[in-house]
Amino acid sequence: MSKLGLPPVITRAPSRLRRGPRNAEQMFPGSSGKSRFGNLFGKMPWLTKLCFLWLILVVLAAALADLIPGLADPNYQGFVFGDGKTNEGPTASHWLGTDNVSRDILARLIYGARVSLIFAFSLAAIGIIVGGTLGSIAGYFRGLLETFLMALVDTWLSFPALIGLVFITTMLGMRNLVVLVLVGAVFIWPSYTRIARATALSVSGQAFVTAARAIGTSRKRILVREIFPNVLPALLAYSLVGLPILIILESTLSFLGLGVEIPTASWGGMINQARQDLLINIWPAVWPAVTLFMTVYSFNNLADWVRTQAAARSAAI
Amino acid sequence: MAVSEEPTYTSTSSESMGGSEILRVEDLHTSFFLPIGELQAVRGVSFSLKRGRSLGIVGESGSGKSVLARSIMCLNLGSNVKTSGSAFFDGRDLLSLSRREMRRLWGTEIAMIFQDPMTSLNPMVKIGRQVIEHLRQHKNVNRREAKQTALDLLNEVRIPEAESRIDRLPHELSGGMRQRVSIASALACEPSLLFADEPTTALDVTVQHQILNLLSREQRQRNMTMVMVTHDLGVIAGRTDDTLVMYAGKVVEQASTDEIFEKTQHPYTEALMRSIPRTTHASHTPLAAITGRPPVATHLPAGCAFSPRCPYVQPKCHEEDPPLVSIGTSGHKSACWYPVGSDANREAFERNLSDRLPQTLAVAESLDADQSSGIPAGLPDGGIA
Repeated sequence: MSKLGLPPVITRAPSRLRRGPRNAEQMFPGSSGKSRFGNLFGKMPWLTKLCFLWLILVVLAAALADLIPGLADPNYQGFVFGDGKTNEGPTASHWLGTDNVSRDILARLIYGARVSLIFAFSLAAIGIIVGGTLGSIAGYFRGLLETFLMALVDTWLSFPALIGLVFITTMLGMRNLVVLVLVGAVFIWPSYTRIARATALSVSGQAFVTAARAIGTSRKRILVREIFPNVLPALLAYSLVGLPILIILESTLSFLGLGVEIPTASWGGMINQARQDLLINIWPAVWPAVTLFMTVYSFNNLADWVRTQAAARSAAI
Repeated sequence: MAVSEEPTYTSTSSESMGGSEILRVEDLHTSFFLPIGELQAVRGVSFSLKRGRSLGIVGESGSGKSVLARSIMCLNLGSNVKTSGSAFFDGRDLLSLSRREMRRLWGTEIAMIFQDPMTSLNPMVKIGRQVIEHLRQHKNVNRREAKQTALDLLNEVRIPEAESRIDRLPHELSGGMRQRVSIASALACEPSLLFADEPTTALDVTVQHQILNLLSREQRQRNMTMVMVTHDLGVIAGRTDDTLVMYAGKVVEQASTDEIFEKTQHPYTEALMRSIPRTTHASHTPLAAITGRPPVATHLPAGCAFSPRCPYVQPKCHEEDPPLVSIGTSGHKSACWYPVGSDANREAFERNLSDRLPQTLAVAESLDADQSSGIPAGLPDGGIA
């Protein structure tokens, strides 16, 4: 090589390319389908890695809370039975201490994560299913239905969701998680519908939709097979950005005392509870606040990273 | 209209030539209603096509060839479109069929291949599944049979390692491979009539060649009727049986492909052929482009639509639109008052040359360059606009 007088930087190609690609997997890493997500974690920046690990930890802890050995009952008030103290600092049995009614803070954080995550994920799922269906129908079939639906969406969106939520939850006698999710669903579908409809509009103009018609595909089938799968990525991206907002929303409701009924643990409710003795012991407020912050930040960071990856990938396509 | 003369022609020809008539288009008009006015994309096109033959539709961008194909397929295009006339497929008028009846024909009887293989496949669905789904929609086959048929099809359109590629997404394949997949998908249910709407325009020249050969081979093997829409005379040369040259929404010349090339009648066809660069030309020979631009379809010129660009134009051309009339006996038709090769044509050329008409001078220039082939031609002189 040196005979050609080439600078050494050219002669040292990365090892992956040195002998030339031998198969498609080497030419387009991750394209063969087998390891499509295998090397994604390795490509993350270190902060995103941390965020990703934190989210996995939160999700696992929430999912497996009942199975964690030695975890205290989140609603067990030790001082009533004489075996616990209120506003206790970290001890061997209560790693993060206890709150002002002597419940274990760590246990309540973990069970609170369950409420937050179930609320956020089920609302996102409802948004994708309901909004995706309505929006795809509106964007593909057009016509009077679209006009009506979009007018409804615009009206709905002009109504402040938080006030509506507060109003309805105040009215309701019973506020368990299922009821809260259903009430949230009333306000979540319009934004998803709008995004789905806009995406469906642009997808409908694509040649492959005409191609599908030209091979005799029915309109219903085109909606299900051609339009909806292409609307889905946009909705997933939107819901990833929307998840932290939904977590905050649940915490806000709980903080206002309008979330899940006490004594069920939730992060917002814990902060509200700790507010009463804030000047005596700040830690019962700090732990849920920090957890909330880290979770929301992690979702945002991860969503941002996914977005740049998707942009790079569609540019490569 | 002026074009649909000779009512006896279709009835006699369908029996005389052996093959039965599969498609007969009569006086087809398609208009788009735009805010700036009515855009007549197709203005009275008539032709007929026999089973197992292939037809090339040639014309510039905006000449209405794609709209014609889509009008016949009833794949048109929005609520502001109006189509009139008739297109008989196997005796049934496609333009009067309901959507439901049409859907039964699409794919199984009539299929279409689209220009851009990058966008004509669903980016979210594996290519094998796109072919399999199509088969399962129309044929009563189970999943395994459909997969086997899809594999056979992908092999037939020469996709190497079809067994592994069947699970790929479209973006993982090259443009040529994708076009092969869309051909496989179009052929899946063995249509008897195939429209290929500029199937190679988005591809490299070498890949173009392969795809065109593939299409011709499939057409012959399956005894399929094919309509090839293209702006490239080189694409249809030697590949299609008949050729239709379109300009501004009308057929200007119609003949067997050999005859179009050998006995060109219409000045527009002649100009198209002259603009093909030849290897015998010296390097840097100026391309004999057609002077002027295609007319704007909302504001067509009076008389013959080609008259503003025609080197043989005469006052009559600006006044009266020439009808499509038969020339000779072999079904060759042309729409020109001064067809190429006639004495009237030569006189018109001389007259325009002495009047120093720009498009005529440009043609004379390139004729000179042709005769003195081998010697580098000079730049066009400044007198030519």
